[in-house]
This record gives sequence, structure tokens and C-alpha cells, in this order.
Amino acid sequence: MERLATNARRDAYGSKINRDHSPVLAYGLPWLTIMLGSLTPLLPVIAPAPILPPLGYLLLLAWRMLRPGLLPMWAGLPLGLFNDLYSGQPIGSGILLFSVTMIALELLELRFPWRSFWQDWLVAALFIPVFLLASALFSGASIGLGQAPLLIPQLLLSVIAFPIVAKMVSLFDRMRLTRVRRIG
Amino acid sequence: MAPPSAKRSGSNKKAQLGLFAGYLAAGLGATLGALLLAISLWRPETFNGLRSMASDAAAPVGEVGAASRVGSRNFFEAIAGYYDAGSKNAELEEEIRIARVRLAEARALEQENERLRAVLELAEGDIEPVTTARLIGSTSSSARRFAYLSAGSRDGVETGMPVTSPLGLVGRVLEVGRSTARVLLLTDTDSVVPVRRATDNTVAFAEGRADGSLRIRLINLGVNPLKEGDIFVTSGAGGLFHPGTAVAMVTEITDDGAIGQLLSNPAATDVVIVKPIWQGDVLSEMEEPLETEQTEE
Repeated sequence: MERLATNARRDAYGSKINRDHSPVLAYGLPWLTIMLGSLTPLLPVIAPAPILPPLGYLLLLAWRMLRPGLLPMWAGLPLGLFNDLYSGQPIGSGILLFSVTMIALELLELRFPWRSFWQDWLVAALFIPVFLLASALFSGASIGLGQAPLLIPQLLLSVIAFPIVAKMVSLFDRMRLTRVRRIG
Repeated sequence: MAPPSAKRSGSNKKAQLGLFAGYLAAGLGATLGALLLAISLWRPETFNGLRSMASDAAAPVGEVGAASRVGSRNFFEAIAGYYDAGSKNAELEEEIRIARVRLAEARALEQENERLRAVLELAEGDIEPVTTARLIGSTSSSARRFAYLSAGSRDGVETGMPVTSPLGLVGRVLEVGRSTARVLLLTDTDSVVPVRRATDNTVAFAEGRADGSLRIRLINLGVNPLKEGDIFVTSGAGGLFHPGTAVAMVTEITDDGAIGQLLSNPAATDVVIVKPIWQGDVLSEMEEPLETEQTEE
């Protein structure tokens, strides 16, 4: 009988013998991390001005770019709603922006199906400012043109934070495919 | 590298339908979002219940965070103990800051007392606070400035109650859940507080600018009498805020008033005090104006 080499019994996701991927983990982790990201307002940071990057949105972008098709296209509706419940935005703003993002990324991918670090970052650097500006517009806060510089620190911070978030997501992605389910 | 082209349906009927359904669902989601957004901009209070329910549910997370904020500060304080001079200096500076605010408040109170005694021979008693609570979070990534409070209707908190810290006014309660409440911070662009200068009766409105400072607009236009360093306290007009609570210090003079720095930076406050509405009985008799004031936000 042919025997597998010992190093073929394991791979980066754990032992292959008697273990399998867990569908709950494999499909649920993106949702869970994005929802946790949306809970940033409950961090014990009382900010005098908009400072923190919109983590929920960054995670959505990163997951969608890393694993196209893992999040269904309608994912923007429930995730956006959850984001709205805590972000302080009027309800509907997150739903609209998350859904539009999903559609826009899909269309963009038809045209540019490749992947690279710089391309992903460029796309994120295009989407994040639009998201932040639209959020500020929808928020109902009366911010005039004179106060637009108020948004710049958050914008820069978000764009710079994106590669870190993307790296985090790729770690989560390895965790997602760990073989934790015992079979047989 | 191009990812596997699951996006291209080709002549596969099922794949074509799936792709179409995906676009349709996402499009419907976006439309629904736009509708909800229109509703919540038109009637901001529509979804308050939903939101306070959600923040009630997630409050334990925030509580843990707030507790760890205090805990970790203690931890760092223990380390900072080795650098005694620095920490003591910071402590003294903090004390001086509080003392300065207290002094301004005391002056304002003195004057208030004088005026009241002169006019009505009435004295304000000490106000019994409704409850003390922690700020467990804030909308730090949105352009609006809300904070979450770790006390709700269970602790007697009601909509409209002023929230203060030892350093001054923080904001007022906007909506109340069972164990949490949402606070409109003074720096939100929708927050308007009637104030007066602590040393005399120059009355003004303090509006939020969403960046941690306040815009102080004088009611009587003319020669701008403000100077840098002037302290503004609540005037009590409108009946929501108790008169004499410190609000802001003038840092920059403008044409119609000044830009003021917030005295009680909510970032530096652990525990806040919720006070009853100053003239609640009067206000509840005039329910209508209060209602419209709330809905306009």
C-alpha cells in the first residue's frame, strides 16, 4: 500500500487526518469580524472629533478583495444595518453605502480581475474617501466647506490603516480554514 | 494573478440567474438603505428604539472597555510612580485646571446669588444628581458627536437631562435605553447651549463645531466685548441646563463672538453626573416646544 509522506498529513490549516473545515467558521468569520469592527464606537475612546477609521467598512473592503464571492452581494444590507446601529450615523446610511460598495467592487472586478498589493490599496484609497465624505454628508451634521479639513486626519488614517487591516484579514482567513471539525 | 473566473457565467443558465439575483439583491439593499436614510433624516427619532436596544445589548462590551480604561490607567500610574516628578507635575496641573474652573464657577455663582437675592430673595439649593455613570464610548468614526452612557431608564435617566463632569458641562441625554443612554456632546453641530460670560451678563449661544471646540455667538451684536481667556457658563435660559455650570474658555475672537475650547473634555472624563432637568416642571407644562426642539435634531 502506498504511504503518504508524513509531511503530507498536515498543511498550513492543520492535520488532514480525521479533521475537516468547519462551515460555521469558514463562512461565519468574515461576518463576525466585520460586525466586531462595527463595534468600534464602544471602544473606550471618547473622541472630540472624528478620528478612528471606520473599521467595519475597512474590514468589509478587505474581505471582499481577498475572497471575492465569500460574502454574498446582499451582505451590505445586514452589515450596513449593524454598522448604523452603533456608528451614530442615521439608519440607512451604512446600508446604502455598504450595498453600493459591494456592487461597485463587483463591477470593478469585471474590468480589473487581477490582484496585487498596490492595486488593492489604490482601490481602497478610492473607496474610503468616498465612503467618509458620503457618511459626513448623510450624517445630518452641519459641516460647511470651511470645516471640511476636519475629515482629513481620519481620511488619511483610514487609507494608511488599510494595508494593516488587509494583513489582519489574511490572518483571519487562515484561521477561517483551520480544520477544527472532527470527522468519523 | 486573476482569481478563478466564477464571475463569468458563460452559457450556464443557473450561473447567469445567480449572478443576476446577486445584483438584484444588492440593488434592492441599496434602495432600501436610501429609503431608510431618507426616513431617518426626515424624522430622526423614528429608529431610536432600535438603536437604544442595540446599545443596551452591546453595553457589557463597553463596560468592560471603560473599566479597563480605568484599570489600565491605574497600571500605568503604578509604573509612572517611578517617574515621580513628572506625574506629580501633571497632577498639580490638573488640580490647577480644576481650581481655575471652580473659581470661575464660584464667581458666576456668587453673581447669580446676588442677582437672585436682589430680585427674588431666592436661593438655589444643592442639586441632587439623578445618577453617576461612565461614558462607555463615543461615535469616534462618524461626523456626529454622540457618546454612550452606562446608565439608562433603570437608573432614572430621562431624555433631555444635562450630563456634567467635575470640570463642566459634557452634553445632554438624547435617547434612553434600559441600561444605556445616548448623549449629545456639546461639540456636536446640533448642540446649542445658552451661555453667559462668568464675570458679567454677556449672553451668547455656544454651538458645537464637531472638532472639539465651540462657536460662541453673542446675542447682542455690536462691539465684541470678549477677550481670550473669558470663561462661559450656562445661563439657565431654556430651562434645560442648571445655571452656572462651566462650558468653555475663549481662545480665539471672531466677528460675531468667539471660538471657545471645551472645558470638560469628555475624553478625559471617567465618571459623569446626570442631573435632573433644571426647570423640568415648567418644561413639562410646555411640552410642545420641548418636543419640537428634540425632533429638530
